This record gives sequence, structure tokens and C-alpha cells, in this order.
Amino acid sequence: MLEVTDLRKSFPTPDGSRVEVVRVAAFHLAAGAQCALRGESGSGKTTFLHLIAGLLAADRGRVALGAEIMTDLPESRRDRLRAAKIGYIFQTFNLLQGHTVLENVLLGMGFGPRGADAAHARELLDRVGLSHRLRHFPRQLSTGQQQRVAVARALANRPALVLADEPTGNLDPRHGHEALGLIREVCRENGAALLLVSHDEQALGHFEDVQDFAALNRPGTEVRP
Amino acid sequence: MTLWLIIYRSLRQHALSTVVTAASIALACGLLLTVWMVKTQSQAAFTAANAGFDAVLGARGSKLQLVLNALFHLEASPGNLAWSDYEQIRRHPAVKTAIPIAVGDNLRGYRLVGTLPELFAVELAPGRRFELAAGRMFDPLAAEAVAGSFAAAQLGLRPGDTFHPFHGLTFDERNRHAETYTVAGVLAPTNTPADRVIWLPLAGVQTIGGHDPRAATDVSAVLIQLRAPTAGFMLDMMYNKQGNRLTFAYPVGAIIAELFNKIGWFDRVLELVAYLVALVAAGAVLASIYNSMSARQRDIAILRALGARRRTIFGAVLGEAVAIGVLGALAGLVVYAGLFSAVAGIIREQTGVVLTVMAWHPALALAPLGMIALCGLGGVVPAFKAYRVPVADTLAPQS
Repeated sequence: MLEVTDLRKSFPTPDGSRVEVVRVAAFHLAAGAQCALRGESGSGKTTFLHLIAGLLAADRGRVALGAEIMTDLPESRRDRLRAAKIGYIFQTFNLLQGHTVLENVLLGMGFGPRGADAAHARELLDRVGLSHRLRHFPRQLSTGQQQRVAVARALANRPALVLADEPTGNLDPRHGHEALGLIREVCRENGAALLLVSHDEQALGHFEDVQDFAALNRPGTEVRP
Repeated sequence: MTLWLIIYRSLRQHALSTVVTAASIALACGLLLTVWMVKTQSQAAFTAANAGFDAVLGARGSKLQLVLNALFHLEASPGNLAWSDYEQIRRHPAVKTAIPIAVGDNLRGYRLVGTLPELFAVELAPGRRFELAAGRMFDPLAAEAVAGSFAAAQLGLRPGDTFHPFHGLTFDERNRHAETYTVAGVLAPTNTPADRVIWLPLAGVQTIGGHDPRAATDVSAVLIQLRAPTAGFMLDMMYNKQGNRLTFAYPVGAIIAELFNKIGWFDRVLELVAYLVALVAAGAVLASIYNSMSARQRDIAILRALGARRRTIFGAVLGEAVAIGVLGALAGLVVYAGLFSAVAGIIREQTGVVLTVMAWHPALALAPLGMIALCGLGGVVPAFKAYRVPVADTLAPQS
């Protein structure tokens, strides 16, 4: 489902040189599989996810989502592919504060090929236990509830792949545990593959397949322009 | 649906700045429309308000003053002309109707104008004549009066009421004449300056106590209908070029148009101010959205992460500017209705000329559309800023 080959990304530094953050020779995730990547802060995990999601353009290498090659696409088509096939869960939830719970989930599917489907959005929110909070705004919810909205939103466009970036980083251990259980369950129910990155051992403990990101990612020290 | 939802929620989220900006658009739009509509309507109304007459004959002086005095019941009379002058023009073969008027007295600021009953048979406009709303026409040999609708309403005059005229065109309690007049009737509204006049028999005004007895047969002006328009130029030659005693004001519309030309600079200044206000309002749209961009960067990045394309974000911000423009333009029509009604009320009170707020003019559509377009233009800069938001940098620090 997800095939990463020789993926590289560097960023410019103030002195004019470039520092490489990601160099992943190969990574594979099967359809419907669930995998966690262990990595310390600053190890390039988020950049890796951004590259997979097409939020960043790679310097070189290949990200394939099924038959489609994300890294070969121009930005607007990467956006379209992301809207169609990828769900993203952020550490800080990144809910739209001016929109209701239901609207946040509707916007999660609004840019995809199927468009906004209120019935499906309600169904998902019901699944994460928030059917009674549809018209609430994120600020009116607890952090645990906000994370559940983020989970429902990530699944809203019926994605083939869900990327979760430190999804329990802002939750206490009990809520973190619940949230992870929910994310894994909902992904499984929807047939979506799940790739999670975290430095939290408790979170990683939920996964059978845990890989060390440092072993995958071998960036060069410095790259001259 | 998604785009509308984003626009709607953004407007709601920034409700205060939306309302303030839309209010400034409304003010600009209302001001622009009022200046434009008052200008065009008053120009059309004044040039058309000739009370059914083609020309005015009066004492030597300014044509404009003569027309304003005889037809609009404004300004002082430039002087009198002898009864024989009236007789002469009345008998002229090119003249269809000639009706004398005499002015010089008032009732609490409303003009008393002496005339003949024939005046009320003249068509004010095609198919429109004076009509009585109450009572009857005055008896030309009696001390009776017929009040115009506006004057009657303001002074509370009804048939059977009596009053004493006051000398001069400006009301002064000390200048009361001894004669008593009885209101015989009240005219229906004509929406012309005649509504502000109280009409008396000509002989009554001429012989009123305190006036110069040597001028007892003089008249202030003669209102003239011509048999053919070409006759006007012949009479113009006769009175204005060959003679030097009287003034023949013709054509009435052109003389009033001259007045508007003279005060045209004032219109242009008002227009310029309105255009500047419109530009400032469009600038306010730009500033308010642009200033909120920093706070919105994260929302924009989230939408991009959800799959929104750059052009969708650009469209949402532009749409927000246009939506503010639409709200402002709609409210601008309300502001226009209020401002215009106030100005029309003042003009009616001062001149008797009626301006209609509901009268259609292309400016009523073009000005709001122009404001909306200007707002859209003001939205381009913030939309471009939104278009360029770096998603990955904005969403999260790299780990």
C-alpha cells in the first residue's frame, strides 16, 4: 500500500548550506497494516510523515500510495491525492476552532472526491462517542474529546492510510491509552493502514510492529549546495 | 458547500471586524448612491418643474431669478411689469396662454401669490391639472384663498379658516396686513413647488393695504404657454435683444440647467468625497482581512493538510472579501434609503420639489456592484498571502 524508496529531504540553513533531515532507503506498509515508528524529538519523524502526505516535496526518492506516486506529482495533484487517500492525526489535534465538531469532520471529507457526507460524518462521530457534541466548538470539549474529533476527521474521507504524529503527546496516560485503542480500532474497522510516529514507549507498546526510526533514517551530515 | 462553510465560519469567527468593515462599505455605498441620486433626480425634477409653462416674462433682470421666483416660488421678484405689458403679450399671436402672478406677501413664511383662476386649468404635466382636495376654488372678486397641499398641512389650514397676510416674502409678525382672507379650498398634492403656495385672487394682492397704490395694476411676472417652440426664440429676440425694459426667460428647462451647471463643481466635490470614502472602505476590507492573516495561518495550514488546494484557499479569502462587500452593499441600500429620504425631505420643505427614493436608476445596481468588485479587489492581497502559507512549517515544529 505504502512504498517509500530512497526518500531524501534537506533544508537550507542560515549559512547557505543545506542540512539533510530525512534519508530513508526503503519502507513498506501493507494495506490495512498498523506500524509504529519510534524516534526521539528532532529525528525527522514529522518531516517523514509530511513527505508521505505530500505536504512537503521530496528532494529525491519515491513515495508510492498504491498505484500513485506522490513524489512525481505537482503540488495541486498531491493535495488531491492527500484529500482522497490520506487521513492525518496531529499531536495538537489541529481542529478548526471556528467550526463545530460536525463541521470539522465534514471538512475532513469536503476536499476529497466524494465530497461532504453529513450522514457518514455523524456515523463516525457516533462511533467515537461524540454524537451528543455535534454542534459544540472544539474549545467546549475536553482534550480527550478533541482527540476523538481529530480521529473521526482523519477517517472521514475513507482513507487508505492514516498518519498519526505523536497522537497521545497532549493526553494524560489514561486518555492516551484510550485514544490509541480507538485509533487502532477505527482504522481496522475502516480498512485503513496506520503509520504512527512517537517517542512515547507507552504508546508504542500498543503496537506489534514497532520499528526504530533511527535505523530507517540515515541522513547525511551536511550537504553543500 | 465546503467553500461556503469556510467563508461563513470565517465571517462569524471575525464577526466584529466583519460588521465594522461591512458598515464602512454600507456608509460608502449609501453616500455614493445618495450623492448620485439626489444630483440626477433633483436636476431632472427642477428642469421638468415648469408648471406647464414654456416661458416667463418679467422685469429686466436675471432670467434665472425670474424663473426661480415665478415658477419655483424662491428668490425675490426682480421687479414689476405694467398691466399693459401683460395685455400686450397676452394678445401676441404666438402666445397660447398668458397668466399674470403677483407676489410680495406671505403667511408665516409661505408665499401668497395672486393670480387668475385660469392658472388652475393649465396642465402641469401632460394629463395632470390642479385638483381640489377640499372646498372650492376662490372667487376672484372675494377675499378668498386656495392653499397648496404642503402649505395647508404645515399651517393647519382648512376651508373656512381665516388669516391675515403679512407683508414681504419673509415672515415678520410686525408686518401684518389688516385684510382678512378666508380659505375657500385646499389643493391636492401636485409634488411641485406650487404645493408650498397659498393662492389668492390677483386683484386682492394688487390692492392689499400698505402696497404702493401707483403699482396697483402691476404684476410680478407673466407665465406663458407658446403655440409653437420656435415662437420662443422670436419673443426672446423681441424682449431681450431689441427691448431693454423686460426679460423674457425661455426656455425654462435650459435656464434651470444653467443653474446646475453653475453649481456643478459642488456636485463634483461631493462625488469625489464619496469615491474617496468608497476607496477607504475597500482599503478597510484589505486591512481587516490582511491583519487577521497571521492569526489564520494555522487554520489555513490545517485546511491544506486536509486536502484543500492553494486556489481553494485563495478563493475562500477572496470570497470572504466579496461576502463582506455584499453585506455592506445591501446595508448600503438601507443607508441610501435613510439618507436620501432625509435629503428629499429637506428639498421638499425648501422648494416643494419631490424626489422619490424608490425611483429606479442604473446607479442603484451599479454602485453596489462596483463596491462589491472593489471589495473583491481589496481581498486579492490577503488572498495571495493565504495562498502562500507554508503548510508544513505552520502546522508543527519538526521533531
